[in-house]
Amino acid sequence: MVAETAPSVVTAAATRAAPAIRALAWLARRAEAVAIPLGAVLVGLALFGLFLLTLGKSPAALVDLVWRGGFGSAFAWQNSLQRAAPLLFAGLCVALPARLGLVVIGGEGAIVLGGLAAAVVAPPLSGLPAPLVVAAMALAALLAGAAWIGAVGALKAYRGVDATIASLLMSSIAIALANHLIEGPLRDPASLNKPSTLPVGEANMLGAMPGIGVHWGLSAGLLACLAAWLLVERTTLGFSARIAGGNVRAAQIQGLPVRRLIVGFTALGGACAALAGFFEVVAVQGNANATLAAGYGFTGILVAFLARHNPLAIPPVALALGGLEASSGLIQRRMQLPDATILVLEGLLFLCLLIGETAYGRFKIFSPHLWASRKASAT
Amino acid sequence: MSAALPIETIGMTKRFGAFAALDDVSIKIEAGGFHALLGENGAGKSTLVKCIMGFYAPTSGSLLVDNREVAIAGPKAAQAQGLGMVYQHFTLVPSLTGAENLVIARADVPRLIDWGRERAALAAFMAGMPFRLDLDRPVATLSAGEKQKLEIVKQLSLKARFLILDEPTSVLTPAEAEEVLGLLRGMTDAGALTVLMISHKFREVETFARSFSVLRRGRLAGGGAVGAVSRDDMAAMMMGERRIRTVAARSGSPDPDRTVLQLDGVTATDPSGLRRIAIDSLSVRAREIVGIAGVSGNGQKELADVLGGQVRATGGRVAVAGAPYAGTRAESRSRRVRFIPEEPLRNACAPQMSVAENIGFRAFDRRTDGRTGFWLDTGGLRRRARDLIARFGVKTASAEAPIATLSGGNVQRAVLARELTDPVDLLIVVNPCFGLDFAAVSDIRSRIVAARNGGTAVLLISEDLDEILELSDRILVMSEGRLVYETTAAEAEIGAIGRHMAGHH
Repeated sequence: MVAETAPSVVTAAATRAAPAIRALAWLARRAEAVAIPLGAVLVGLALFGLFLLTLGKSPAALVDLVWRGGFGSAFAWQNSLQRAAPLLFAGLCVALPARLGLVVIGGEGAIVLGGLAAAVVAPPLSGLPAPLVVAAMALAALLAGAAWIGAVGALKAYRGVDATIASLLMSSIAIALANHLIEGPLRDPASLNKPSTLPVGEANMLGAMPGIGVHWGLSAGLLACLAAWLLVERTTLGFSARIAGGNVRAAQIQGLPVRRLIVGFTALGGACAALAGFFEVVAVQGNANATLAAGYGFTGILVAFLARHNPLAIPPVALALGGLEASSGLIQRRMQLPDATILVLEGLLFLCLLIGETAYGRFKIFSPHLWASRKASAT
Repeated sequence: MSAALPIETIGMTKRFGAFAALDDVSIKIEAGGFHALLGENGAGKSTLVKCIMGFYAPTSGSLLVDNREVAIAGPKAAQAQGLGMVYQHFTLVPSLTGAENLVIARADVPRLIDWGRERAALAAFMAGMPFRLDLDRPVATLSAGEKQKLEIVKQLSLKARFLILDEPTSVLTPAEAEEVLGLLRGMTDAGALTVLMISHKFREVETFARSFSVLRRGRLAGGGAVGAVSRDDMAAMMMGERRIRTVAARSGSPDPDRTVLQLDGVTATDPSGLRRIAIDSLSVRAREIVGIAGVSGNGQKELADVLGGQVRATGGRVAVAGAPYAGTRAESRSRRVRFIPEEPLRNACAPQMSVAENIGFRAFDRRTDGRTGFWLDTGGLRRRARDLIARFGVKTASAEAPIATLSGGNVQRAVLARELTDPVDLLIVVNPCFGLDFAAVSDIRSRIVAARNGGTAVLLISEDLDEILELSDRILVMSEGRLVYETTAAEAEIGAIGRHMAGHH
């Protein structure tokens, strides 16, 4: 073997380091991914507090209302979880391509098209058993979302088109297309003041999960997050994607199929977003209408960035933001603040988060290699 | 037009730590001179011109402009003194026209530009120039030769009376090069300009320069009037006395019956279409290191890209172990080919991923039964990485630290640890020791020779001639996209290698 013939010069520091230090280093590296987003959120909240003060409103009252509106009662919890469910899928649509270094912000379009595709296939199949119809609806949604966001990936992989811009524009096209179809050729003549597609049928609707009164999209979303984490962190496919995201040249030189990985991961992200639309149709609305474009796709961007694109961190973040959005009605009524106030807060949080992204690696306490270099120079 | 400036450096020295990039260099160029600066990569040519232009503050030594000592604090000060430089890579704004580029380059552009007046002034200025250029076309639509001319005109419009050209012809066709240098030579003959040109090409130097200096390892190795020194002597000045050292004892000789890598009539071009390569024939046998020497930018990168599967050859045949080879993951795995690109942190690693993960790049998806696995064996990857880190002496705080936190030498050790484990039949390695410290260099070269002794065929593409001489069994010289010279290491003659590197063949 080649390696043994050459002199081994130094023993790696890792093998010398005491287990306690190693455990501490392990902890420090992971603490950074929690501490920095948390710090950014605190700064964002403080800025929002200032914003409220200039409007003459009390930040404390707002915190109280968010708590009560989002998590203060069984009903509030139900509302928050119901809103968190689509955010799980929308977050994955950002987090999965992000592992390949792509910032995809057009999940909203995939949600709308997914919901529309699901609603469209149901009426023609109305005679079939419900599980079969629901499966067909899910499949239609998955394909629509995968094709839409996968096309963004293909544009990037084969033509070098920027994925952020392409996905945003594709999202606008998707929403406009869906609106056109819902108000035109696919409109249910019976839907008078709220243009909708034909109903999918009461029998084909998914009920709430027993006990908590939240639809099945929540558990499906949690499973999707777990599956996405396994895919990214525990499979060779995910490892290939992380290499390509870390350095595309290194991935190419290793002979990895970078283009196929990009198309595959964007398609998967699109399929996830489409499931959010599918559950909106099959568990909430009963048909496809304009409320599919409720902004979950855009809040999902914030969810993914707050979770640092870690699928396992998406559920708690989605719950927090779901609660925030659930409380917006209460805030509007009690504080006489406009509906968009929560959007201001989300925008501030996102801005602080992006600024926080530049802080990684700047804090010595989170960078064990810097502790070691000091020790090494001392010995 | 104002008169040309005489320039002189006296004892110019620039140290980076203990390393003297430039050591006591004194060069005098008379007004209206056309001086060529020759030397290998890393000989100190760029350091010298950067000291003149004020990018670097020299450690010691002084600069005389127009026979007066001046301190140049930066490029702006250099411009004020009448010094200008044309870089190897264009510094024009592609979307603007030539006229717009010339105007915005000025230090005193008014807030509101009166284009009518500027145009008239430019027209008057161009009337006095030997260069003919259409200043109303966007720079993006100009050919390389026209851009180069515009760069020169830009410097002249900034009142440069001393012009430094950094390998001006590397981006030009031979006819364009001829024209541009001819015009410049004309301007120096007219006494309007003094030129200092960095070049690697003897023919160019002999045709256009009046005098030359040769730098070698930061020192002035010689110089004089062009024509008074033969090409062989110029090559000898560039190469110097070289001892061919051997780091690791070679054992065994190349296996004449086992040709591992074979290229026949391979042609390719880089994405810009400017650099073409045409390799008539190249073979590497088992237990042999074939070194490809050459001045950077003569097609080595394109050759490496073809072998690494980054660029598709436009013609010819690349074969490994007798069968066509395109550099896919499956092919490199089954034929046991390893490719180590230059600048490993930039090209072979994901900087923010851990050392352990980076070491796993090659083998993470291979199960013991040889098939592609689905689940990632994270425990196995970590154990294997810890073992390799210890065996290859990679100095890192831990296997979990991002590889970007390692020194250059340790990044390269980690890459070697990844690529040189398991049997290797063909190793292609590009500039493996560029920018590394002494200990890392000897360690890494030892490992390459050890691989060769173990029966690996090694293709070493390097701009460091010492490295080529030290490691190779056989040496080829690449110039302008072709292999122009071949010799065995035993019969290697420095002068001949140097002449061929300088495009004289």
